[in-house]
Amino acid sequence: MIGVASATFLLLHAVPGDPAREILGEHATARSVAALNHSWGLDRSLWHQFVRYIGDLARLRLGNSFVSGTSVTSLIAARIGQTAALVGIATVFAVLITVPLAAVAASHRDRVHDHAVRGLSVLGLGMPSFWVGIVLIEVFAVHLKLLPVGGAGSGIGGHLEALILPGFTAALAIVPLLVRSLRVGMLEVLNADFVAAERANGLGEVRVLVWHVARNALIPTLTLLGLNIAYLVGSTVIVEQVFALNGLGFLLLQSITARDFPVVQAITLVLALSVVAINLVTDLVAARLDPRIRLR
Amino acid sequence: MSTAALRPSTGRRRARIRWRRLRGSPALIAGGTILSLIVLAVIFAPLIAPYGPIHQDLFNTLSGPSGKHLLGTDDLGRDVLSRLLYAGRTDLSVGALAVIFPFCFGTALGTVAGYYGGRTDFVVMRIVDTLVAFPFYVLVIALVFVVGPGVKGIVIAFAVADWVVYARTVRSATLIVRESEYVAAAKVGGLGDLRILVGHVLPNTISQAIVYIMSDIVLVIVAVVTLGYLGLGVQPPTADWGSMISDGQQFLTTHWALATVPGIAVVLTGLSLSLIGDGLADLLRPQ
Repeated sequence: MIGVASATFLLLHAVPGDPAREILGEHATARSVAALNHSWGLDRSLWHQFVRYIGDLARLRLGNSFVSGTSVTSLIAARIGQTAALVGIATVFAVLITVPLAAVAASHRDRVHDHAVRGLSVLGLGMPSFWVGIVLIEVFAVHLKLLPVGGAGSGIGGHLEALILPGFTAALAIVPLLVRSLRVGMLEVLNADFVAAERANGLGEVRVLVWHVARNALIPTLTLLGLNIAYLVGSTVIVEQVFALNGLGFLLLQSITARDFPVVQAITLVLALSVVAINLVTDLVAARLDPRIRLR
Repeated sequence: MSTAALRPSTGRRRARIRWRRLRGSPALIAGGTILSLIVLAVIFAPLIAPYGPIHQDLFNTLSGPSGKHLLGTDDLGRDVLSRLLYAGRTDLSVGALAVIFPFCFGTALGTVAGYYGGRTDFVVMRIVDTLVAFPFYVLVIALVFVVGPGVKGIVIAFAVADWVVYARTVRSATLIVRESEYVAAAKVGGLGDLRILVGHVLPNTISQAIVYIMSDIVLVIVAVVTLGYLGLGVQPPTADWGSMISDGQQFLTTHWALATVPGIAVVLTGLSLSLIGDGLADLLRPQ
């Protein structure tokens, strides 16, 4: 966690630009630029800034936005729910799409179904998620008029409805990776001795697949999800942009255009820390579910 | 029998076996064919493209496909087919450039970390752990923000963000090779570390990095296009598939093809590279 915090600081303080000049405009006097830099503490040494940054972080103070002057914490708090909801829905979609596809592919190894699923996942890898989003908007919102084009919607039903397309788009970004790995994982389980034993006991193929194989493939799926969640969180930045959802990613890109330093720094940090937290939780849950995994 | 008499026939036989394995991999052939068509079209863009990429015909904007403009024109009257070809030039060359540095860094750091172990390994792996915690797109976007948009920004951002997987893959392969007898023999023979690394370790570990580069380049090209879409990539008026899609998005209700066609170009490129990657992975996997 300290590593992530320091890396974020180092990353953004190597910026060659001059945020004070950007805000005051080209015609600002050198004196007013220097004054603004001083009030933000940007005229101090890098080391001094770093110590102050870590100190503020320990007290959960993330500073104020250079542009609007409001505290970064409140800006983030207002938007984190939107992003969390998107990540949540996308995860649900990703599991709902991945598990059946991988099961079909694994149980029909090297036959038509298997090749179809693998072909689809190869195709999916090459599709930029923003383009998938646009095509989905085109089909479902513009032509079929089933779902909203963008925005957050109103009321709980409206919110959920507005999250269907974005969630689906974000899910598709990781589904190809998930399907590939889960298919391999299921093939291993299918070749295991206990599956042969179940079959010998006369259990039906569907029962074996759903009850025994899926249960054993659950834990690898969970671990996989944990590993790919970083990529998923990254894709939400793009998906929020396509669907005009006012979440953290949307704010990140806005702040980048405005060179709003503290906000960019804080969002990068918050997103990275949430990935670390999610990974920790999935590891714990996997250890809970599977007695074979021992945490050191 | 002398070895000289054997050599031609074994050489031919080996080539034949390799050819048979190549032919047995439809993925490699299909991917190779599509990719070479795309690359040829893109290289010869100045000859094929009917117009220049930024040539505007303001009396003829947003026209549908016609004999004069096979894929129509955009909102500034620029020929979509010509822009598509020139954009491919930009995206493919930037993607290729952006993937080389992480490949080299990652392979070098992974080899050194795996071979020397101890403190070197510890430091490299902690940097890897830290970078992995950042969501890929967030890291790349933040880095491009720091360096500034454009080709230089993209290349530097990927050099910093994307070497991690190469380092991990090569490191674990190196850990195995390090323990092998031929490396021990080379050490006993008094060879220097550098010669062992380059002459004995790398040839046995690099194939894994090469397999990964094929799937990585898909990721990188998609990311380059995404940065273009977000306005952080190659700057206009230079054509790039991403900015073409973002320009086309505003005309989605009336001219859907403007945003869809460049997307199909990206998907085809990605598909061909993935197929080659799969084929290569089969080919290089020890039998």
